[in-house]
Amino acid sequence: MDDLITVVDWSRWQFALTAMYHWLFVPLTIGLALIVAIMESIYVKTKNVKWLAMTKFWMLLFGINFAIGVATGIILEFEFGTNWSNYSWFVGDIFGAPLAIEGIVAFFMESTFIAVMFFGWKKVSPAFHLTATWLTAAGTALSALWILVANAWMQQPVGMEFNPDQMRNVMDNFWAIVFSDTAVAKFTHTVSSAWVLAGVFVIGVSCWLILKKRNVEMAMDSIKIASWVGGVGILITLATGDMSAVNVAKHQPMKLAAMEGLYRGSCGQELVGIGILNPDKKPGDNESPYLFDIAIPYGLSFLATHNPHAFVPGIDDLIEGIEFTPQGDTVRTVGYAERIAIGREAHEALRAYDSARAEGNSAGMESALKDLREAYPYFGYGYLDSPEEAVPPVAMTFYAFRIMVMAGGYLLLFFAVAFIGVYWRQGWLKNKVVNWIGMFSIVVVWICSQSGWITAEVGRQPWVIQDILPTRAAISDISASSVILTFWMFAAVFTVLLVAEISIMLTQIKKYSKEDINTISKS
Amino acid sequence: MTLEVLQIYWWLLISVLGALLVFLLFVQGGQSMLMTTKNDVYRSLMVNSIGQKWELTFTTLVVFGGAFFASFPLFYSTSFGGAYWLWILILFTFVGQAVSYQYRRKKGNIYGTVFYDILLTINGCLGCFLLGEAVSMMFFGAEFKVTMGNILDPGSPVISQWAPSHGFEAIFCWKNWILGLAVVFLARTQGALYFMNNIKGDEKFFNLNRRRVLVNGVIFVVFFLVFVGMLFMADGYETLGKNSFAVVPNKYFCNYMDMWWCGLVFMVGVVMVLFGVLKSALATHYTKGIWWSGIGTILVVLTLFWVAGYNNTPYYPSLTDINSSLTINNSSSTHFTLTVMSVVSLLVPFVVAYIAYVWYKMDKKPLTPTDLEHDSHAY
Repeated sequence: MDDLITVVDWSRWQFALTAMYHWLFVPLTIGLALIVAIMESIYVKTKNVKWLAMTKFWMLLFGINFAIGVATGIILEFEFGTNWSNYSWFVGDIFGAPLAIEGIVAFFMESTFIAVMFFGWKKVSPAFHLTATWLTAAGTALSALWILVANAWMQQPVGMEFNPDQMRNVMDNFWAIVFSDTAVAKFTHTVSSAWVLAGVFVIGVSCWLILKKRNVEMAMDSIKIASWVGGVGILITLATGDMSAVNVAKHQPMKLAAMEGLYRGSCGQELVGIGILNPDKKPGDNESPYLFDIAIPYGLSFLATHNPHAFVPGIDDLIEGIEFTPQGDTVRTVGYAERIAIGREAHEALRAYDSARAEGNSAGMESALKDLREAYPYFGYGYLDSPEEAVPPVAMTFYAFRIMVMAGGYLLLFFAVAFIGVYWRQGWLKNKVVNWIGMFSIVVVWICSQSGWITAEVGRQPWVIQDILPTRAAISDISASSVILTFWMFAAVFTVLLVAEISIMLTQIKKYSKEDINTISKS
Repeated sequence: MTLEVLQIYWWLLISVLGALLVFLLFVQGGQSMLMTTKNDVYRSLMVNSIGQKWELTFTTLVVFGGAFFASFPLFYSTSFGGAYWLWILILFTFVGQAVSYQYRRKKGNIYGTVFYDILLTINGCLGCFLLGEAVSMMFFGAEFKVTMGNILDPGSPVISQWAPSHGFEAIFCWKNWILGLAVVFLARTQGALYFMNNIKGDEKFFNLNRRRVLVNGVIFVVFFLVFVGMLFMADGYETLGKNSFAVVPNKYFCNYMDMWWCGLVFMVGVVMVLFGVLKSALATHYTKGIWWSGIGTILVVLTLFWVAGYNNTPYYPSLTDINSSLTINNSSSTHFTLTVMSVVSLLVPFVVAYIAYVWYKMDKKPLTPTDLEHDSHAY
């Protein structure tokens, strides 16, 4: 096999590339589907063609976006096999099930009813069409549910045990996987953030219509619906973001430490609101972690545990073996050097088990299995060469987290202004500066959305499965040159298609902005 | 249910998904004829006819992959990670398809309609061909070796090792070409049959598709007969123990004989395909050929999966190390996982029912050239 680390790094780049491109389109699909369904419902109830025109206009943009989301989605699913084949076997018994359920329950629903949405206006009754639109919206949310359950399980592996005969992990509690703390928080956080993204998109485009004085009435009503969807979305996103932070503190304390650039923790730990990391800082040295920071007293302790006086460990604390219980009490735990030693003992015990099994030595198998069970919680550490390898890229995690939080705060303000504007101060929305801010916010919300995923995924490195399987052991037996080539192929294809998508979107928005409501409603 | 019963059940579901996928490749078959259709109206009719079904084919492929991952993860791990280039190329062709319908005629698409039609044609030809090759490996084998103990080697931890060409050897294997080409021409035949059923109002176009059915149908039958001949004469592996196999002459022919019901379904399927193709090509105005041919295709493909995986046969024979061959027993998920998914699979009849209902509602009125004139969503 080629240089293992090169293959691992390029496979990670390829997966990150695909996931980030995919996530450009999926949240808009999820959120816009809901907005379109609400608009069509109002049309069916009121029979006002204005709502039909709005439905058709936003549905058109939904369709353009949906297609490219589907295109990138298929790559993601199959990359688990093509680039992470060891992973596919090692945890396929658990991870595969949500993917299969996603296909059976959600994808067929989406793909069947989306055809009715676009081509069924004259072929089915209005009620049937509306049902199809809602089922498409439900399908998009359901597909998010199962892939997020799968992702959450990688961050908090529950409902499983290791089977030494098959050398893999197997599922033993489906509901524990579906309803784990992380799965619940991740699903609600992600779907509500998709509503936020779509809300900002609709408001931003509507601001452009208002700026150009085209279909202003349609734009104002679109802002009304988008404000509700995005406003509810941002409140849920903030609440579930808090849940996520508590979960990260419980299950991935190293990620939390990286998010904060925190090396030495304390009771009543402050939260760095704004800061610049010291690029020379390494775990275990005495350098200051920040070149500059403005901190909120007790902030991190409160964020992580809802107790302002609780202890929050830093990277050095964790490496040396200090952690805290879910209740916030400080306890001594296993340091990372020791975890590596225990992980290697787990590997040794598995080897011994395998040999004893081949020899038919039951006593040997039993003894090895006992050792394996004791050491298994640190199995993944057995692949690491040093404790520092278990530290994620701090700078990327730190800055991505801050960008997400600051952008989230801005978006809360954004929806507050939109609400006030659309209900009480309509003059605001006709102000050119406000219109430009509305359009600029489209960029902000996408940066926010991407930053969230970067925080979640970079922050959990080096683990594919937390503590169980690092990326270096999850890989396929492929050459580095193959992965490098396919990375650039994907990068080129996705970029070409993204450029086309944006161009079509802009052209269609421009085209329909010049048509009146009656023409759009008959299109 | 016992683990063995669940494994048989899940192989049956995989077979059903695989068979439905091959039938639904009529979409790809239709796409493969786009570039050779010079008449713009005809091309537009073709795209808008199959354009309402492409997502179903696409989704079936995705679910086929997801179901394989969940039920037989060792196959997913071995084949996808091993035959890397084969699968990557398949994925590329489908990426092109996913955007092309929506973008091809939209203003602002930058690259022009022809660019997207080329992508559809590539997906229609190469996508079908490579999928056929991937399935062919289930009979004629692949160059891989599975060593579970590798997971404990930090320097080279991959359990499934493949030939260094990472799938190119499979792409250029002449045996795989036969099934690949058979799938391409079957898809083209069925694409033309679907147009005959779904598009009305132009007799010239109808007759054009009749000719397409005849020409592509004859070529398909030739490749299919060669494939069946090779399959019946091929040596196969027989399972002796969990990871122990022996070479058996004419294994797949014997499987059809041992599982006589399977042979019967195969014969019925072949007759239905031939009837659908011949009657559509030779009768003056017969439009139901897609259903005869489609159901026949489903039956034939079902039996191919059955003889590949049942009757103590490894469905993924290893040419490198016979004892690494994959069976439905040694590559499956556990009893618990298969049980959970079997409960979920109870939804399948419901899913099939709503797909059938929507298909019926949407296709009740055939597509005509005038339908496209005032439809802004037309592809």
